[in-house]
Amino acid sequence: MIWFYLLSGIFLGWSLGANDTANIFGTAVGTRMIRFRTAAIVTAVFVVLGAVISGEGASHTLGKLGAVNAIAGSFTVALAAAVTVAWMTKLKLPVSTSQAIVGAIIGWNFFTGSPTDINTLIKIVTTWVLCPLLAAAFAFVIYKITMAALPRSRVHLLKQDYYNRVGLLLVGAFGAYSLGANNIANVMGVFVPANPFTDISFSTLFTLSGTQQLFLLGAIAISVGVFTYSYRVMLTVGNDLFKLTPVAALVVVLSQSIVLFLFASKGLETWLASLGLPTIPLVPVSSSQAVIGAIVGIVLAKRGRGVNMKVLGKISSGWITTPVIAAVISFIALYFAQNVFEQKVVEPINETRIEIQHQNTQIDTLKNSIIYEFDLNEDINIKDSTKMIP
Amino acid sequence: MAVLFKKIKNLEAQIDNYLDMVVKGGFLFKQGIKYFLEEQTEEFESRLVNIDTTESDADNLRRRIERRLYTETLIPESRGDVLGILESCDKVLNKTAETLHQFSVELPFILPEVKNYYLELTDISVLALEEMVAAVRSYFTDINHVRDHINKVQLYESESDKIAEKIKRIVFRSNIHLSQKIHMRYFALHIESIADEAEDVCDRLSIAAVKRFI
Repeated sequence: MIWFYLLSGIFLGWSLGANDTANIFGTAVGTRMIRFRTAAIVTAVFVVLGAVISGEGASHTLGKLGAVNAIAGSFTVALAAAVTVAWMTKLKLPVSTSQAIVGAIIGWNFFTGSPTDINTLIKIVTTWVLCPLLAAAFAFVIYKITMAALPRSRVHLLKQDYYNRVGLLLVGAFGAYSLGANNIANVMGVFVPANPFTDISFSTLFTLSGTQQLFLLGAIAISVGVFTYSYRVMLTVGNDLFKLTPVAALVVVLSQSIVLFLFASKGLETWLASLGLPTIPLVPVSSSQAVIGAIVGIVLAKRGRGVNMKVLGKISSGWITTPVIAAVISFIALYFAQNVFEQKVVEPINETRIEIQHQNTQIDTLKNSIIYEFDLNEDINIKDSTKMIP
Repeated sequence: MAVLFKKIKNLEAQIDNYLDMVVKGGFLFKQGIKYFLEEQTEEFESRLVNIDTTESDADNLRRRIERRLYTETLIPESRGDVLGILESCDKVLNKTAETLHQFSVELPFILPEVKNYYLELTDISVLALEEMVAAVRSYFTDINHVRDHINKVQLYESESDKIAEKIKRIVFRSNIHLSQKIHMRYFALHIESIADEAEDVCDRLSIAAVKRFI
C-alpha cells in the first residue's frame, strides 16, 4: 500500500525528469554538441547524487510550510501538484513544479486546519522572484567576462568547440546535481514527515537515512523521466525555444545551475553562517524560470532590446496562479480522499506539539545569534549566544 | 573526450595543411608567370604541373575536411561559414591554376614594356592571396586580427586594379594588332581577378567573424 501512496511522488519525479532536465542539456543535445545518451547518463547519475547528498535543505523548508504527516495526505498533495502541472502544461500556461507543490501544501494546511507559517511562505515567494533575477545577473556577468576573454585567448575555433563541449558536460553535471538537490523536495518533500523508510547502515561505511532512501526513489523516478521522455523536450528546447550560440548556452546552464545550487546547498548555508553573513534560504525554485532569467541576462549583455515583456509577465503571473490552482485542487482532492475513499490525510497533533511548533517558528527567526535547546518535558532554555541550532 | 580531442587536433592540422596548399599555389603561380615572361618554358611547365598537383590535393583535402566537419558534428554554429570560406579559398587556388593553364595553352604575346607591370600585378595579386590566407588563419585562432588582414587584402586588390589599368592603357596605345591588345588585356584581367577572388573571400570572412560574436 505504501508503494501505491508513493506513486504520485514518483509520477511527479518522472515529469520533472522528462521536462526540467531539458533545461540543462537541451541546447547541447539539440545542437548535437553532446549525444543524448551521454547527457541522459550524466543527468541520471548527478540528479541521484544531488538528491541524496544535498536534497534535505529545500525539503526542510517545505516541511516548515506544512508538515503533511499522513501518507495518504502526502499522496493527495503530490497528486494535486502533478495534476496542476499536467493541466497547466496542457493549457500552455507557465507552470513550475516548485510552485505547484507549495500551493498543494497550503491546500493541505487549509483542509486540515494546520497553521501556514507566513514567514516561511514569504521566504519561499521572495525566492521565486529572486531566482530569475539572480540567474539574469549571473548570466550577464559571466557572459560579459567570457566574451571579453575569448577573443584574447587565441584558442583555435575547433579547440574552443571542444572546450565548450567539455564545459557543457561539466556544467550539465553540476546543473543535474543542483536540480536533484533543489527539486527533489518538490517530488518527495511532502512524504518526509510520513516517511515509510527506516535507516539502513552499510557496515561502518555509511548510513542511508530514511529520507535519503525516499529521495533516492524520487531521483530514480527523475532519471526514468530523463531516459524515457526528455529527448523530445531537449530537441524542442535546443531548436525552438532559444537559438543560442554554444558559448551562450554554456553560460545559461552555468547561471541556472549556480542559482539552483545556491538555493539548495546546506553546506553553503552553514559556511555563510559561520562567517556571520546572511544565509540563502533553501527553497525549491523553478529551473525553467532560472533559464529564462539567464537568457534575459544574455540579451541584456548583448545590449539587445528584444526582451519580451509578455514572457516576463507570464512568468510573474505563474507565481500566483500556479499555487492558487494547486491549493484549490489539493483541497478538493483531500476532501475526496478523506470523505469518499476514507483515507487518513492528517494525523492529529496534540496541543503541546502545536505549541512547540509555534515556538520553533519564533526561534528560527533568531537562530543565527542564539541557541535554543528543546526538551519536550521542560521549558525552553537559552544556553549560549554564539552557536547555531543544528 | 580524449578521442575527440585527438580528432580535433588532427582536423586542425588538416585545415592548416589546406591553407598551406593555397599559399603554395600562389607561390607556384608567381614563379610560373615569371618564367613565362622570361620565356623559360621548361621551368614554366614544371610549375604548371606542380600547381595542378597542388590544386588537386587541396581539393581532396578540402572535401575530407568538409566531410569530417559534418559527420563528426563539429562547430555546429560556425560550420556553414567555415565550409563557405574553405570553398571560396578553393576558388582562388583554382583561379591561379586556371590562369597558368591559359598562359600555357594560349601563349599570349606580351609587350616588352608591360612585362614588369605583369610581374608587379602578379606579385600584388599573390600578396592579396597570402593575406587572405592569413585572415582565414586569424578567423580560426585570433579573431581580433581578422580585420587587419582584410584591410590589407582590400588595399592589394585596389592596387592590382590600378596596375591592370596601367597595363591596358599602355597596351591599347601601342601600335600592335587589336587581337594582341585584347589578348593582353584578357590576361591582365585574369591575374587581377585572383585579387578580386581573395577580396570576395574576405567579404565572407568579415561577416563570419562578426557572427561569431553576436
